[in-house]
Order: sequence, then C-alpha cells, then structure tokens
Amino acid sequence: MSILVNKDTKLLVQGITGRDGQFHAGRMKEYGTNIVAGTSPGKGGQEVNGIPVFDTVSDAVKKTGANTSIIFVPAAFAADAILEASYAGIDLVIAISEGVPIQDMIRVNSIIKQNGTKLIGPNCPGLITPDEALVGILPGMIFKKGNIGLMSRSGTLTYEVVNMLTMNGLGQSTVVGIGGDPVAGLYYQEILEMYENDPETEAVVLIGEIGGDAEEQAAEYIAQHMTKPVVSFIAGQTAPPGKRMGHAGAIISSGAGTAEEKIKAFAKANVPVAKEPSEIPGLLKEKLAKATS
Amino acid sequence: MKIHEFHSRNIFRKYGLPVPNDVLCHSVEEVEKAMAKFDDMVVVKAQVLVGGRGKAGGVKLAKNKEEAVSAARKILGMDIKGLTVEKVLVTEAVDIEKEFYVGLINDRNTKTVTLMASAEGGVEIEEVAKETPELIHKLPIDPLIGLLDFQAREVAMKLFGNVKLARKAAVIMQKLYQLFVETDSTIAEINPLVLTPDHKIWAIDGKMNFDDNALYRQAEIEAMREADEDELKEIDAHEKGLSYVKLDGNIGCMVNGAGLAMATMDMIKLYGGEPANFLDIGGSSNPQKVVDAMNILISDKNVNAVMINIFGGITRCDDVARGLIKALDIIKSDIPIVVRLSGTNAEEGLALLKETGLPTVETMSEAAKKAIELSQGQKS
Repeated sequence: MSILVNKDTKLLVQGITGRDGQFHAGRMKEYGTNIVAGTSPGKGGQEVNGIPVFDTVSDAVKKTGANTSIIFVPAAFAADAILEASYAGIDLVIAISEGVPIQDMIRVNSIIKQNGTKLIGPNCPGLITPDEALVGILPGMIFKKGNIGLMSRSGTLTYEVVNMLTMNGLGQSTVVGIGGDPVAGLYYQEILEMYENDPETEAVVLIGEIGGDAEEQAAEYIAQHMTKPVVSFIAGQTAPPGKRMGHAGAIISSGAGTAEEKIKAFAKANVPVAKEPSEIPGLLKEKLAKATS
Repeated sequence: MKIHEFHSRNIFRKYGLPVPNDVLCHSVEEVEKAMAKFDDMVVVKAQVLVGGRGKAGGVKLAKNKEEAVSAARKILGMDIKGLTVEKVLVTEAVDIEKEFYVGLINDRNTKTVTLMASAEGGVEIEEVAKETPELIHKLPIDPLIGLLDFQAREVAMKLFGNVKLARKAAVIMQKLYQLFVETDSTIAEINPLVLTPDHKIWAIDGKMNFDDNALYRQAEIEAMREADEDELKEIDAHEKGLSYVKLDGNIGCMVNGAGLAMATMDMIKLYGGEPANFLDIGGSSNPQKVVDAMNILISDKNVNAVMINIFGGITRCDDVARGLIKALDIIKSDIPIVVRLSGTNAEEGLALLKETGLPTVETMSEAAKKAIELSQGQKS
C-alpha cells in the first residue's frame, strides 16, 4: 500500500516538451516511475526521453490508460491544464506550476470536485512513494521505503526533514508536498485520513507554516479521528505580520495565521511540535515506542 | 498588492457603487482650490497604506474652506505608523444614521470567495470577528454561479431589516463581487457602508488588496502600485527571481526554498540571534542568483554576519558554491559568512569552497550557532 501513487500509477506529463517538463520527466523515469505519455499541443507524434507525446490529454488517456497527471505548464495556463486532465478522466492531478492566480484555483477546485478529480498543488514539489513512484521534483535519493507518512506546505524544508528521517533509520510510506498557495487541492485533513487508512503508515509528520488556519483544523481532526501518532513542525515563528514569506499562502493577515496559534492548537491535540527540524526523528521514535508498548 | 483608498473609490465608481464625490490633493493649496467644488461639509482623509489612520488623527471633518485648509495643514506630512502622509482626499461628508460592513475575501477553507457582512460597521472588522463573531454573516459564493439575487437579498435583510433598503444593498454586494473577481482581488471591503437619514446608501471608505500572482493580467491595477523603500527592494529581488523580506536583525540569511528560509530565521532566533531578512533564492541553480542575493544582503547596513543554508534538491550545491565564489570575487566585503551545503552535489560544492577558506558546517543548527558567534565577534 502507500497513498495516492504507487507501482500501478500510469503517469502523464503535461508540458513535457518544455524545459522543466522534459528535465523532470527524465528524472522521474530514471527513478522508476511508470510514465506512459506526455502532452504538448501541436507536438503530438514526437517522443521525449522515449515517452510518446500527444496533442491532447484525452488522446493520451485513450491510447495509454494514464490515470495520474503532472503539470509543468506556465502559471497562466495551469488552470486550463488541470481542467483538461479532469475532463479526460484523470483521477489524480499534481500541479507543480508556481504563481497561479487564486481566482483560477477557486474555479478549478469547484469544477474538479464535480468531476471527482483529486488535485495536489499548485506550487508544490509533488509526491513520492519510495521505490515505487516519484511524481514531482523531489530529489529521489534522500528517500527510503518505510512507515512514516509526511506532508508539508514547503519543498526544501521537506527534504531537510526527510533526510534526517532517513539518516535515523525512519523510512517513509508516502511523502506529499501539498504546496504553498492559499487555495490548493488536497489538504492536511484529506491526506491525514488517507494515512490513517493506509496499513503501511505507522506515524505521520505534518510540516506546517504561517498563514491561514489549516493547521488548527488539522489539529482538531487529529484529536478526533487519528489513532496513529502525529508529530509536527511549524515554520515562520519569526515572520513579521502582513508580509508574504515567499509562498503566496505564508502570510499573517489581520493577526490571524500566526505560528503561535498553530503550535497552541497542536499542543491541545496532544501533537508534539518540534522546536527545530532536527528534533523530529526523536519525537517520532518516542511516539512510536509508546504506541507499541 | 495594496492600493490607496482613492484608487479603491475609483474602482468602486467604475463598477457603479455609490461613492461620494472627492478630490485628491497633494498640497494645502490644492485643498484650497478643491474646496470650490464643495458647498457643504467635507472630510479630509490622509491617504496612507496602513490601517488605523482615524485613530492617528488622519481623518478630519471640516465645515468650510478655512477648516479644510487647517485640517490639510495638520494631516499633510503627518507620520502614521512610520509612513509620511503625502496626499489627502477631500470628500463630501454624508449624514450617518447607521454604519455597516460589507467585504469579500478568498476563503482558504471553503475554496470560494466569501461574502462577509455585518451591522457592526465603521469599526475594525477583525475586532468584531474576535469579540462577537455571531454578528458577522458569512456566505461562500459558488464561483460557477456567482452571487445570486436572493442570496444577496437574504444577507442584506439581516443588516437592514427592510426590503426596500435590502434590495439596494444587495445590488451593491453583487457589484462588489463582480469587481472582486474581475480585478483579482484578495480583499474588497466597504467599511463603512452608510445609511443616511433620508435612506440613501453610500460607500464612504474602501479597501482593496490584489493577488500578486494575477498582476500579469491586471495592468490597470499594477499601475496603481506605490511601493516604499523596503518594498522596492522586495520587488527588485522578485524581478531577479529571489524572494526577499527585510527584518530588523543583524544576521543575513540566504536559503533555497520558502519553508526552509522561514525555518532558518526561526532557528537563528531560537539560539539567541536576530535574523536580518527572509531570502529565498528559489529552486534553480543559476550562479548569478547567488551573486544578486549576496548584493541584497550586503546592502542592508545592519547585517554583520551571513548564514547560507542550502539543501540541494533540484538546486545543485556545486552551482551555489560557484555562484558564491563569483560573488565574493566581485563584492569586496569583510562580513563573515558561514555556509551549510547538504543534498545534491554537496561534496563537490564543499570541495570548491575549501579553497576560499569560508567556514562550512554540516547541519543548519550548527550553521545558526556559528553565524551568531560570527555576528558577536564582529561587534566587539
């Protein structure tokens, strides 16, 4: 098991002839991800890294049975690309594109909900089930198969933490980068539920940051529904209010969305919050020891 | 992106919202001249990009030309939360029977634009939300359908309790929704929306913020941008593919990735130091970015030590090292630097740096401790 992606994933790369699309399609294929097709309007019939290119997603799905898609198109075209995948019957769409307007994502989320499509991102590094499928831009070599689920709004901070987990002998079931935008697809709650139901996941790491109240809601969900241990870290304790910290969603506005409130919410839900990333492996081991004793 | 009140009022007018007449003035003389257009009471309002100007004395009522001139004299040049008032708006005063709040935001949880309305207008809505949340009516708007007549009317009825007025207010809410979506807003609020004794409704103050990611298709809005010195630096960094926010500390940080950059600032604070900035050099491996980033860090006079924290994923550590060597070659600076490189091609990067004699460490905790030590050494 694992969540969202695995050996049965048949991946389509939208924007495969672009610089990023081409580069990452190569890396994902090298990792062992089953990439069945790419799309690029007007370039159907070509091949990129030995992957057949189609003009439309619907063509690609009909001819290859692709069930998952990853998007590398520029931000202005990302909404259209997500919808094209959704209408072609793709189950899971991962949007890497950064800088997508919020109004686009509001419309997209409403439409894909009706179509039953799952979305991760935009502005995310993607996800990985180690040894099975890398669907994103994450550096595959730091991951190791195991039983820790990890989800995060940030890319490199995730790599930092995963690296520590791996070095401490804590492998991962599936690691999901949900992205740094204020309006995104799948979020903590949906993914926590998947980890809870995944027999391969024994404990979960939640890496949050300032902005919004998704961490507070996740804390409430954990208190009510999670039997598996959860450990967290919140970035941005020193961030000034009113300033966007890189990610469009990482902003304290009108005094809401501070790290302090999020840490308080986790404490209330009995979720330990690491003071610095290097504490996470230790906190996990403690929790896991308690869970088995 | 934020804009001034007078810009918001112009956008409101363009969409047919009822806004009292006004004139924008940059000097006392302009206010004197503008008064020829008004034959009754006016309000002189400071135009600054922060809230709380009323409390600071930046909004004054004036009965005639003399009072308006005297108000303008006091307000122009005034300091409000660190910003100097360079413009005032002279606007018709309206009689107030009751004040309301109407606003729209992008709601992360419902993934919709959400209408918020309250009969508690004219005060800070955040305070109402905190003290008496039940007095704010919220309505998530279906993006595929829009704000329907009956929905707007229902909300308006809760505020006005009178069908005739509610119909008028409902139209205002619908127009506000239209302008919100069409201009890619992140906040559009009328506070207060005023009811006069003769049952007219006026939008007498407006606040709008916009989605930075959508400015590429909002040229008119982009043209309204007025950035202060720190913001100009942030915009300049953005154009170079960097994300920068100035803070008040003395330890400059250069990091790849927004989350890791925040965690780096937090860690400096955790070990007793003060970060000077947030700086994310992004995911690419272009050495020029490192040069640009070093230039930005060093241009901050408070910086007396620099911590470079790179976790190579797509970013390759050897490229960062090359950029850094190039930067140090161009920028002659005595500011001490500590470097932490980990992940993709870290060994190659560290080997390159060895020749420069820069101190390198393995973990971010060590880097933070070392940077603090270096910054203190510099002081004494």
